[in-house]
Amino acid sequence: MTKTENVLRAIEEAGNTEDKLIEVLLKVQERSRENYITENQLEEISQELEIPLSKVYGVASFYSLLSTHRRGENVIQICNSGPCYVRGSRNVVNMFESALGIKMGEVTDDGKFSLEFTSCIGSCDVAPAAKINEEVCGNLDKKKIDEIINNIREGVK
Amino acid sequence: MVNLLSKLCGKISPLSIKEYKESGGFEGLEKAIFKMSPKEVIDEVKNSNLRGRGGAAFPTALKWNFVAMENSEDKFVICNADEGEPGTFKDKVLLDGCPFQVIEGMIIAAYAVGANKGYIYIRGEYPKSKEILISGVKILQEEGYLGNKILGKDFSFDIEIRSGAGAYVCGEETALIESIEGNPGRSRFKPPYPPNKGLWGKPTLVNNVETLANIPVILSIGSEEYKKYGTESSTGTKLLSVSGRVVNKGVYEIEFGTTLKEVVYDICEGMEEGKKIKFVQLGGSSGACLPESLLDTKLDFDELRKLEIGLGSGAVLVVDDSICVVDFVKNATKFFDHESCGKCTPCREGNKHIIKILDNLTNGEGTERDLKLLNEIAMVMKQASLCGLGQAAPTALLTTLKYFEDEYKNHIKYNCPAGTCSLKEGVAINV
Repeated sequence: MTKTENVLRAIEEAGNTEDKLIEVLLKVQERSRENYITENQLEEISQELEIPLSKVYGVASFYSLLSTHRRGENVIQICNSGPCYVRGSRNVVNMFESALGIKMGEVTDDGKFSLEFTSCIGSCDVAPAAKINEEVCGNLDKKKIDEIINNIREGVK
Repeated sequence: MVNLLSKLCGKISPLSIKEYKESGGFEGLEKAIFKMSPKEVIDEVKNSNLRGRGGAAFPTALKWNFVAMENSEDKFVICNADEGEPGTFKDKVLLDGCPFQVIEGMIIAAYAVGANKGYIYIRGEYPKSKEILISGVKILQEEGYLGNKILGKDFSFDIEIRSGAGAYVCGEETALIESIEGNPGRSRFKPPYPPNKGLWGKPTLVNNVETLANIPVILSIGSEEYKKYGTESSTGTKLLSVSGRVVNKGVYEIEFGTTLKEVVYDICEGMEEGKKIKFVQLGGSSGACLPESLLDTKLDFDELRKLEIGLGSGAVLVVDDSICVVDFVKNATKFFDHESCGKCTPCREGNKHIIKILDNLTNGEGTERDLKLLNEIAMVMKQASLCGLGQAAPTALLTTLKYFEDEYKNHIKYNCPAGTCSLKEGVAINV
């Protein structure tokens, strides 16, 4: 899908009024392989919705589900809010970092994974938890984490 | 535990209108629009003493009345499903388990206040719940419960689903309204309050998911029957989200008046093996940390007010003694620092300075003066922040300074009793 086509389709689905900006940004990002909104796309959205680029960028950078930086094909978000912290989210961070060979906020060289923090995802009953793309994975330990990464690498859903 | 509000969750297929109706669904709505005037509906809610379940515990009927009194062609009802308070996952149970009950509450609210359009603002972190709501609204439109002339009456109301995109502050009603308008979610100056000037400047009612789910129950069983649940000052039931180091974590419905001890030891079957309780954080990251000695406290708005704390969203985080209080509070403050919208100075700067000082403490560089400074910064934030985020952000800090002062003082003497912050085993790493 060309870049413009992606933006036009997102606007067609979400609507072209000013208040639909967040929905449009979410949809554009959803279709991007690298899970972010490019500078070009921000400009296109600005033109199509007739919203100043500064505001489009302002909104895209305000919300943490939206990214204006390249991310991995698979985004791993580790919850570091209270309940997960109490049940050892720090160890989960260390385990993901060493399994992937990257630090929080980085993308693997092959572009497959990126690691970031997230605020509470409402899975506190299975803490420590992380969100891998749209899926929540709870009760994380080393075995589970290795399994998750291997499954993605081998293309198992 | 009781089974009033959540009695259908997990019992019926969430999107089956047939099963919902067979279980008494829409009885409240039919009673309201066929037998009662909008004012009578508000009076019934008023008589039930229902208070908002999102965290502020504001009397629901009073808010409804503010919106009903406004003279405007357009009025809005917003369901606040931006459940972002850390440790809170009870709205998800209602949204996924019985979405029609929440929507029925919205329709009744719209009838009572005279609104013609509604929004459900669902947090972006719950994509599956959003899909359920979109399907639920579509089904109700087809069945004549939403749209023009609902159930043949001269009353029209429709609902649109809007997604959040990861911003805790959007749980605050004016920030939420900004977000629906397509802006960054920054809180507005108040007044005007949303019932007066809300979404697109029109009178707007914003209610939490759990508050709205109470409405059909109150209407169908009647406010007198409803008041038999709970205590005099706090009627009805509350959904608690319990997490941390207890055996059974999850969402439980309790009657007001239940003690924290009963929640931890009876309902959740106590602490995990080998874990000793240190404190309970009540109401999420913006809530108070209560030591073991206060576990007999009843969950009741008036009882809690005596301790100068609130029930918040009903999150109960049970923390064991392996956790360092200073590090725990630092982690919570980092959350608020990240989520602060940056509009007002006390919140934007206060969180940063608290983190800096707590860093000093866990690095073995803390002084007596730091404790005084922490108190001062926290008080400024509490009193001068623009919205609830900044006002409540230092609650964990203030309550731990009150109940665990010794642990802060120990850190000044290079000693972390729990041994889990960077001051390991009594030896400061950076000194």
